[in-house]
Amino acid sequence: MDEIMEILEEARPDVDFTKETRLIDDEILDSFDIISIVGELNDAFDIEINVNDLLPENFNSAEAIFELVEKLRQEA
Amino acid sequence: MIKTVLDLLWRQEKERPEQTALADENSEVTYRAYASDVRKIGSYLLAHVTHGEIRKPVAVLIDRNLRSIETFLGIACSGNFYVPVDPALPEMRVQTILNELQPLAVLDATDGGHKCKVPALSVREILEGTEGDMSAAGSKTETAESGREQNLETILSGMIDTDPLYAIFTSGSTGVPKGVLIAHRSVLDLVHSFEDAFNFPDGNVFGNQAPFDFDVSVKDIYNALYCGGTVQVIPKRMFVMPKTLIPYLAERKVNTIIWAVSAVRIVADFKVLTDVEPETSLQLKDVMFSGEVMPVKALNYWMDNLPDVRYVNLYGPTEITCNCTYYVVDRRFDAGSALPIGKVLPNMRICLMDEQQHRIRETGRIGEICVEGTGLALGYYNNPEKTAESFVRDPETTGYQNLVYRTGDLGYYDETGALMFANRSDSQIKHMGHRIELGEVEAALNAIDFITIACCIYDTEREKIVCIYQSEAGDKKQIVAELGKWLPKYMWPNKYLKYEQIPMNAHGKIDRALLKQEILQKK
Repeated sequence: MDEIMEILEEARPDVDFTKETRLIDDEILDSFDIISIVGELNDAFDIEINVNDLLPENFNSAEAIFELVEKLRQEA
Repeated sequence: MIKTVLDLLWRQEKERPEQTALADENSEVTYRAYASDVRKIGSYLLAHVTHGEIRKPVAVLIDRNLRSIETFLGIACSGNFYVPVDPALPEMRVQTILNELQPLAVLDATDGGHKCKVPALSVREILEGTEGDMSAAGSKTETAESGREQNLETILSGMIDTDPLYAIFTSGSTGVPKGVLIAHRSVLDLVHSFEDAFNFPDGNVFGNQAPFDFDVSVKDIYNALYCGGTVQVIPKRMFVMPKTLIPYLAERKVNTIIWAVSAVRIVADFKVLTDVEPETSLQLKDVMFSGEVMPVKALNYWMDNLPDVRYVNLYGPTEITCNCTYYVVDRRFDAGSALPIGKVLPNMRICLMDEQQHRIRETGRIGEICVEGTGLALGYYNNPEKTAESFVRDPETTGYQNLVYRTGDLGYYDETGALMFANRSDSQIKHMGHRIELGEVEAALNAIDFITIACCIYDTEREKIVCIYQSEAGDKKQIVAELGKWLPKYMWPNKYLKYEQIPMNAHGKIDRALLKQEILQKK
């Protein structure tokens, strides 16, 4: 989780990822944030997040992103 | 005679009143309704805001909706020009733009939900007839209505094609954004040259991605208007979570997309075309892109998945009305090779100039790309100095005043005679689809109290703006909080390096060459 928080905060130092739960629904993250975050997550955890994983429910909070990464790591 | 883009609208209203002209996720209008809304907005402005003033700016808070487009033409209909403003921009930036402009009014074309506090007239209420005294009067007698129409008629018949249509703000190197002012005739010239070069069929459907404060969207709005087609405004969230993007293009029967390179790349980066359901019947015929260099790898992904589409690389800065050159991709390129920016569009002329202002004609030699033609902007609004710097007399034409626009882009001709983009002659960069002056980012950084000195370097390979700073106090979070008051998010640096002492060269200036070397070589 710490590593994910680091990636998120690197991408968007202005967002409090411990609190936000509507990162996508409230348009806090834009397409470029998603591209850079997904790229970093793929590299850091050796996973491949594909278009079918790109759903608001997987990216609305740091917790949701953590769960997605865990799921993909187990599948790998 | 076709003098303004409004004449195109009246023509379509007459020829195909029932055809869908504009659509967004939740609504659509026919050409009949489009023209009627435009006149309504124009009449309202004339009666309550502009009172017959012409060629003055009217700002528009934009949204991803068709009402924004109607508002643009409504303002044109009042004889004035529109200036799209993204309400999500930092408040200080919006204020600065409005101070530069001194607009007659600010119109709110959004569906609400933004935090911009600027007082604005609601276009929804104008169209519903509930804004201000329109409803209070309650006595909208026929004579009053036709009186307004007559006034509008006077304004319209007095317009000429050199009147300004819009101004779009771009990043300025000294720290203040510049408003590029474009005339009706330049937009008419653009649609004529696109017709010549690409021949869009009648009723063609354009899938709009580009935000309306970005001139890529000008091509969607006016090419559709010219060929009696439809603008489908694609919701922004489909570029964030792109799974629904391709089905949406299919459902809305989109034929042509003219997108920023960054948006075309999203589809390739996330392999959005790979998992599309087989029953999705895309009707896509053209994929056109501009704004920055298209990576061949991303283009090849598209070409592998949609081999029958026409792919076109477009090139040009806002100052010459969208584009001046194009390249229809006619073969497969190897990953890592560069796509030409090609040949000049009809009724445009380009030349390459060396530092002594002499034309370069030989193959391979690099020079500044200069453009001449009807597409040239009227200049930067309220900024004669910047205008004079970039719009200059062509040194080879001595007998009369012939202006060329100096793009600041460097290019050369390859062996086949195609124009190739090399790089910039200054510190302007293309980052995430945006044109950014690093000088503006630096000006904002150096204006922060606790920063001693700062500069920016662009790491092209990693696509990151790197900020190098020296400060008494404050960390990255605090810097971003300060920058966020002035710079839009896409201009924020992506990486921050704190130096005890920033290296200086013999002239007492930041040693950028050394910093660049240090940073770009670091893994």
